[in-house]
Amino acid sequence: MSYNTDTQEIQETIIHRDDFGSKMGMWLFLFTEILLFGGLFILYAGYRYIYSDGFAAAATELDVLLGTINTIILLTSSLTVVLAIVALQKNNKDLSLFFLWITQACGLIFMINKYFEWGAKFHHGIYPKGPALQNMSEGEAMYFGLYFVMTGLHGLHILVGMGFIGYVMYKIKKDVITATNFQKLENSGLYWHLVDIIWIFLFPLFYLIH
Amino acid sequence: MENNHLNGSDHGGHGHDDGHIAEAHHPSYGINVLVWIGLLSLTAITVAVAGINLGSLALTVALMIALVKSMFVINFFMHLKFDNKVFKIFLGICMVTFAVVMILTFFDLTFRF
Amino acid sequence: MANGTIAVPPQTAEIDFYNVRGRHKGILSWLLTIDHKRIGILYLGSVVFFFLVAMTIGVFMRLEMLSPGETFMKPQTYNSLFTLHGVIMIFLFIIPAVPAVFGNFFLPIQLGAQDVQFPKLNLLSWYLYIIGGALAIISLFSGGGIMDTGWTFYVPYSIRTTTNVSLSVFAAFVLGFATILTGLNFITTIHRLRCPGMTWFRMPLFAWALYATSWIQVLATPVIGITLVLIILERAFGIGVFDPTIGGDPLLYQHMFWIYSHPAVYIMILPAMGVVSEIIPTFSKKAIFGYVPIAISSLGIALVGYLVWGHHMFSSGISDTSRVIFSLLTFFVALPSGIKVFNWVATLYKGSIDVTAPMLYVLLFIFIFSIGGLTGLALGALNTDLHLTDTYFVVGHFHYVMFGGMGIIFFASLHYWFPKMFGKMYNEKVAKVAAIWIGIGFNTLYFPMFIMGYLGMPRRYYDYLPEFQTYHIIATVGSWILVSGILVMFFNLLQGLRKGRKAPDNPWGGTTLEWTVSSPPPMENFKIIPEVTTGPYDHTHIHGQEDNK
Repeated sequence: MSYNTDTQEIQETIIHRDDFGSKMGMWLFLFTEILLFGGLFILYAGYRYIYSDGFAAAATELDVLLGTINTIILLTSSLTVVLAIVALQKNNKDLSLFFLWITQACGLIFMINKYFEWGAKFHHGIYPKGPALQNMSEGEAMYFGLYFVMTGLHGLHILVGMGFIGYVMYKIKKDVITATNFQKLENSGLYWHLVDIIWIFLFPLFYLIH
Repeated sequence: MENNHLNGSDHGGHGHDDGHIAEAHHPSYGINVLVWIGLLSLTAITVAVAGINLGSLALTVALMIALVKSMFVINFFMHLKFDNKVFKIFLGICMVTFAVVMILTFFDLTFRF
Repeated sequence: MANGTIAVPPQTAEIDFYNVRGRHKGILSWLLTIDHKRIGILYLGSVVFFFLVAMTIGVFMRLEMLSPGETFMKPQTYNSLFTLHGVIMIFLFIIPAVPAVFGNFFLPIQLGAQDVQFPKLNLLSWYLYIIGGALAIISLFSGGGIMDTGWTFYVPYSIRTTTNVSLSVFAAFVLGFATILTGLNFITTIHRLRCPGMTWFRMPLFAWALYATSWIQVLATPVIGITLVLIILERAFGIGVFDPTIGGDPLLYQHMFWIYSHPAVYIMILPAMGVVSEIIPTFSKKAIFGYVPIAISSLGIALVGYLVWGHHMFSSGISDTSRVIFSLLTFFVALPSGIKVFNWVATLYKGSIDVTAPMLYVLLFIFIFSIGGLTGLALGALNTDLHLTDTYFVVGHFHYVMFGGMGIIFFASLHYWFPKMFGKMYNEKVAKVAAIWIGIGFNTLYFPMFIMGYLGMPRRYYDYLPEFQTYHIIATVGSWILVSGILVMFFNLLQGLRKGRKAPDNPWGGTTLEWTVSSPPPMENFKIIPEVTTGPYDHTHIHGQEDNK
């Protein structure tokens, strides 16, 4: 350790600036998110095992095309976050912000799609205790119960991620986050990618059952 | 991939202090775009495969593709591939925990239903 | 200087962290502090407050059980009281007590660091804890009345009852967040802020215990988080995930609940075991026997802790296959716990044992915890569990491991680190008397529970057959002895705080880094980060022991 003989100032920098530690904290936080959704995935697995026919029947109600489009949107938004980091590292602040704007736009479009998707379900009486849901089999009702909880929680995470990235964009604009000090941007990226990964699993599990 | 971008600070505090300040270790634009194209192709494949009747294999195939996709995201977009191995171990711990919990739950479900 | 040759100049003549002038004054210097020591003290105050509340509730419950039928409260009140007692004790006292109070205060000092890795996050954890506690209190006086589900919130009753379950459950969710953030903070701190020379196997065993605990906090708490959210959603919208009338499986709820709550048992006990591993070498004047096995067994307990949750569900209708598997796995937990106990005893062997108040609590702990552990084996075995489940035997068992484990060690840590935290000494004689008093009260209160449980007295029952009354009377008398002992203990500590003599820097001849700084420690603990060259329990170069007498 190089700092045992050094002065107070160096101690200060170490305490106030430890990118490695900051990243470690972020990853640990991501694990809590993984286990949070993990609980839901365990429930999903359990009920899909119990009600495999009901799940297959209910999945036909979802629009595969819309799901695919949303998948593409999220993958693209993940790409632009990474590109924003690369751009910032190359000291290209404007390009970095441009990429992050694309990410924000993707997030917004994703949520709008979700709004219409949920809206259509509600319109057909498919919601908890809704008229259509009550005529369905237990398996189908369970599918929609999980569908609303899991995609809803995921959507909430998209919103949080957008807020986080918005905050980072502000800091980039103010030159707080720069080419040599970009750990916050990277952390927001890690969060966004995790939300993307969760969707990567939600998509086949809800949309692609036959 | 530029190897000199590998950040070799394996530690946890007791010795070395490289890594306090993050280094540039993201692959270039090109690599990331390639990964993105790969991800889109895998999405196309998983949608296409879903149309074929694979019976009980369908879920396995879908999950395998999703797993490959997430490995791409984790390794490249989240650059775990280029990161310190402590993060890989951490992720391993997390995933093993999840898997164990899932398996033990199914010891009940499989023999109850 | 402890820890071998440390390149530290004497850190005396510094202003301690209570009196240092910061940016804020008065109460704000506490409410806005990011100093890990002050946050530790904040936690100490709040944790003790909630402990006293839950203890009072416990006394009322015991009083009600003095005679069969109604003694002085209605059945519904009794249901609410045992729920409250459990929820407050578990979520607001046992889980945060040792890690959040003593972990916060001493982990950075023991590692030779100036603070935790994320000081602001640390303060946020405390606020979340307070918000969670406040919500729990608000839930008592709003909505449909005090919840009556028991601390396990089992469905379907928890989604049917008209009492105020949603808010209480949300409080538990917020408290979970506080735990997660503390765990995350500690893991990163241990990875990043160990001082030069402090390798993994030179860390004090308390730090090892906290490391294992923190991993459980990070990886298990989210599962209960989402489960509690599902209860709220179930109550608000009827999504049906746990509702058996529309296809939900209540057993899956129990799985989800115990996937967290069993590992949580180790969140409670592991830090306590870490403290024991600190106190025993200090008062045996000997290096700990089997450092590596103790360190690794902490991780072992954390690991095995994930594999055994099903033993809470033996009688709830899970499949026979999983019952056998969970029962088998349960016995494995005894291994790492046994490793620890044997190593502690081996450390005492031929040591120069100094029976001070903290040591007395530790010896009490080993005695009580062994009884708790052994009765646990009776419950872990499938066939005996079917006879004993949901009886007072279980109540006795978990009070022996939880209170006898964590609670007693909380008292031990309080006495062990009191001079360092407050820079004052307490009256040793009174402290010892209180310890013995508590030991007698504890066993009088909880031991009869094993007998009446074995004879068939069900837990959580308001009423009982007259034949159990003798045991109930003994237990209730025990509760009076125990509580008066605890009050004497707290009173003695308060007296020490008010007019105790000034504590030396190293009153016990401890060897870990916290004993090298002044009492109370200065702001940021170390002016110059120390460098460590030996293991944590090296008694060969102790100075400062002359301060002892």
